[in-house]
Amino acid sequence: MAITIAVAGNPNSGKTTLFNALTGMNQYVGNWPGVTVEKKEGQLKGYPDVRLVDLPGIYSLSANSLEEEIARDYLLTSNPDVIINIVDGTNLERNLYLTNQLAELDIPIVLAINMMDEVQKSGRKIDSKALGAQFGIPVVEISALRETQIDKLAKVAMDSAQQKQTAQILTSFSCGTEKALSDIEKIALDDRVKSKKRWYAINLFVRNDLVKNDLNLTDDQSAQIEDVIQKCELEYEDESYSIVASERYDFIELVLNNVYETKKVGELSSSDKIDRIVTNRWLALPIFALVMFLVYYISINTIGTMMTDWTNDVLFGEIILPSAGALLEQWNVAAWLQGLLVDGILAGVGAVLGFLPQMIVLFLLLAIMEFSGYMARVAFIMDRLFRRFGLSGNSFIPMLIGSGCSVPAIMASRTIESEKDRRMTVITTSFIPCGAKLPVIAMIAGAFFGERAWVAFASYFLGIAAVVVSGIILKKMPMFQGEPAPFVMELPAYRLPALKSVFTTTWDRASSFIKKAGSIILLATIAIWFLTYFGWMDGRFQMLASDQIDQSILAVLGNAVAWIFAPLGWGEWRPVVAAITGLIAKETVVSSFGIFYGFAEVAESGHEIWTNLRAAFTPLSSVSFLIFVLLSAPCFAAIGAIKREMNSAKWTWFAVAYMNLLGYVSALIVYQLGMVFQGNPFTVGTAAAIAVVVIFLWLIFRPAPKPAADSKLEQAKARV
Amino acid sequence: MKTLRDVKIGEIVRVVKIHGQGGVRRRIMDMGITKNVDVYVRKVAPLGDPIEINIRGYELSLRKEDANIIEVI
Repeated sequence: MAITIAVAGNPNSGKTTLFNALTGMNQYVGNWPGVTVEKKEGQLKGYPDVRLVDLPGIYSLSANSLEEEIARDYLLTSNPDVIINIVDGTNLERNLYLTNQLAELDIPIVLAINMMDEVQKSGRKIDSKALGAQFGIPVVEISALRETQIDKLAKVAMDSAQQKQTAQILTSFSCGTEKALSDIEKIALDDRVKSKKRWYAINLFVRNDLVKNDLNLTDDQSAQIEDVIQKCELEYEDESYSIVASERYDFIELVLNNVYETKKVGELSSSDKIDRIVTNRWLALPIFALVMFLVYYISINTIGTMMTDWTNDVLFGEIILPSAGALLEQWNVAAWLQGLLVDGILAGVGAVLGFLPQMIVLFLLLAIMEFSGYMARVAFIMDRLFRRFGLSGNSFIPMLIGSGCSVPAIMASRTIESEKDRRMTVITTSFIPCGAKLPVIAMIAGAFFGERAWVAFASYFLGIAAVVVSGIILKKMPMFQGEPAPFVMELPAYRLPALKSVFTTTWDRASSFIKKAGSIILLATIAIWFLTYFGWMDGRFQMLASDQIDQSILAVLGNAVAWIFAPLGWGEWRPVVAAITGLIAKETVVSSFGIFYGFAEVAESGHEIWTNLRAAFTPLSSVSFLIFVLLSAPCFAAIGAIKREMNSAKWTWFAVAYMNLLGYVSALIVYQLGMVFQGNPFTVGTAAAIAVVVIFLWLIFRPAPKPAADSKLEQAKARV
Repeated sequence: MKTLRDVKIGEIVRVVKIHGQGGVRRRIMDMGITKNVDVYVRKVAPLGDPIEINIRGYELSLRKEDANIIEVI
């Protein structure tokens, strides 16, 4: 029989591990419609008819956050056959708050107490039978990590679904509250809803306006209900949501009394002992710096580079490309087809695969940090800094990862709770110079500034400045405004990350990148190949040799738009086209210049072409060019990642447009004002640059405008 | 009125009432900070904010400005 099982639980309760254990590799990762939140679905191992839906980790169903809204909407409208509610056995008290609420939904529910291996080790006992009896639901003790009792859990869930067995006992509130609830039921619900009556009553009691609207109450009913609520509030000298929350926890305390030995307040766990060092006032930042250095070092400098170099130089350079070339020659394949296959498709594939090793390693390390619990500590440490710019500590990790590669950085912003913050982070993360931008920096630094290291430092500083400034500017714009997301965050216990979960998560992210971004990169590379090697020569449209590229379509196009970049100091087709090829991969900028100056291959920093560059640029215009490359739209892979996270074409275009705009005006300001400082006369360009600076300053320093008259819903949410 | 923000590191206090309005307040209550619960203030983050408290057996981090709406004794 076809069954849908919804998996719900707190963040850090081991839900991901459980989901992976239940579905094996039969998973599909996407997004919930219209939002940036990840959705996972899968098929229960061994039961092709049984579907599992992983709901976002939530602490409550009161819809304070996007995740909670999504979970709640799903449970109310999609009617799964059964809910598996996973709770952390080492942390029952708070976990049961959600259980409490889920039980009221009139959907069969099974409680899975996870981390039993840790519970047993700690010597604490849980009387699961008694616990289940108190709620009237079946309970299964599991360890998702060790895959203990997972099969039993699945069977119990399926049984509950088939028998449509819902929770027998719901939270008992106090007399006054229960009276208020039954009054509300009489006023509005008895003739309106068949199931979930209690859930609706409670939500009306706490003044949940979304529920109110869904029910289409008459004004009279609303007024009566408000009366009931206020009477109760008067009696308890407290506000309705607070009454309900307190009484839920009171109920939980009662339930746990005989079932579980709760911890004494302030008790020092082993995680707390670790944190004495890790979030220590003096040691925290140095330790963090060390961790990030290691992450960066391992993924970029050692394993990452090793594998990337091997892939590019050996796998492609020595094996695939020459063999392919030889094979095609042997078969007398037409020149254009050879070009398409070798310089287009294979080169494109190579570009994608070139990214992969570094990214996989970064994904892996990221997953380890997430699952071990260290991520939360980073947000905790960094929050104060980010709050200034309207973000939270959670935005820091993506920025840091971005210094290696933007693609995993953009994907890492998934952990940010607030959708607005998530969007802002996705848009600004690419400003931090990634590994691929280093060759460009080295090229400019080498050609014009004697390879001084300060150029690299300045580039990172520029990236950080761009992030900060963007944060300030964007936060004041209507689409990013709103109440800052509350930073009330759990610091989960440190755990040894489950290798299986780490690998599954890494694989998920890597394969989704390959599928989405990979196709874009491939197409783009082919397109650029075509535009580069075809053009009109001697009146004929034909394929060109490497030294004839200035006749190519790309050169023609480049010349056509080059004037746009004249105010930036480099209005010639070569830099323009080189910058455009940066869309494939930023390091392609260097190799493109190589090709344009007649070198089939150049070293990473392009030192062969430094002389050519010195003839084509001045130090000032080279800086302007560098700034543009650093800040403008990232490579297609990153754009693909942005599209995937934003889950919206409109937002992706906005991100790309914003980055290009920022890159353009920054380069403009630097070049124009630089020219004047060097003693050149004041021109229209200078005036334009100054105007831009003024606008910039205004955008940064203006007072945050009041949010536009929100919908009634927003106001209602804010009221309570 | 003494709030959680005024509590020194290492102190244990009891929650009296959650003031304020809006999403933060609800979130704070959902996380277990309700009337009569005991709270232990464990530490402050290296940069001075947020604070880390121990409540109902787990660790929670809270910004000082949000801790300010929690009345304690």
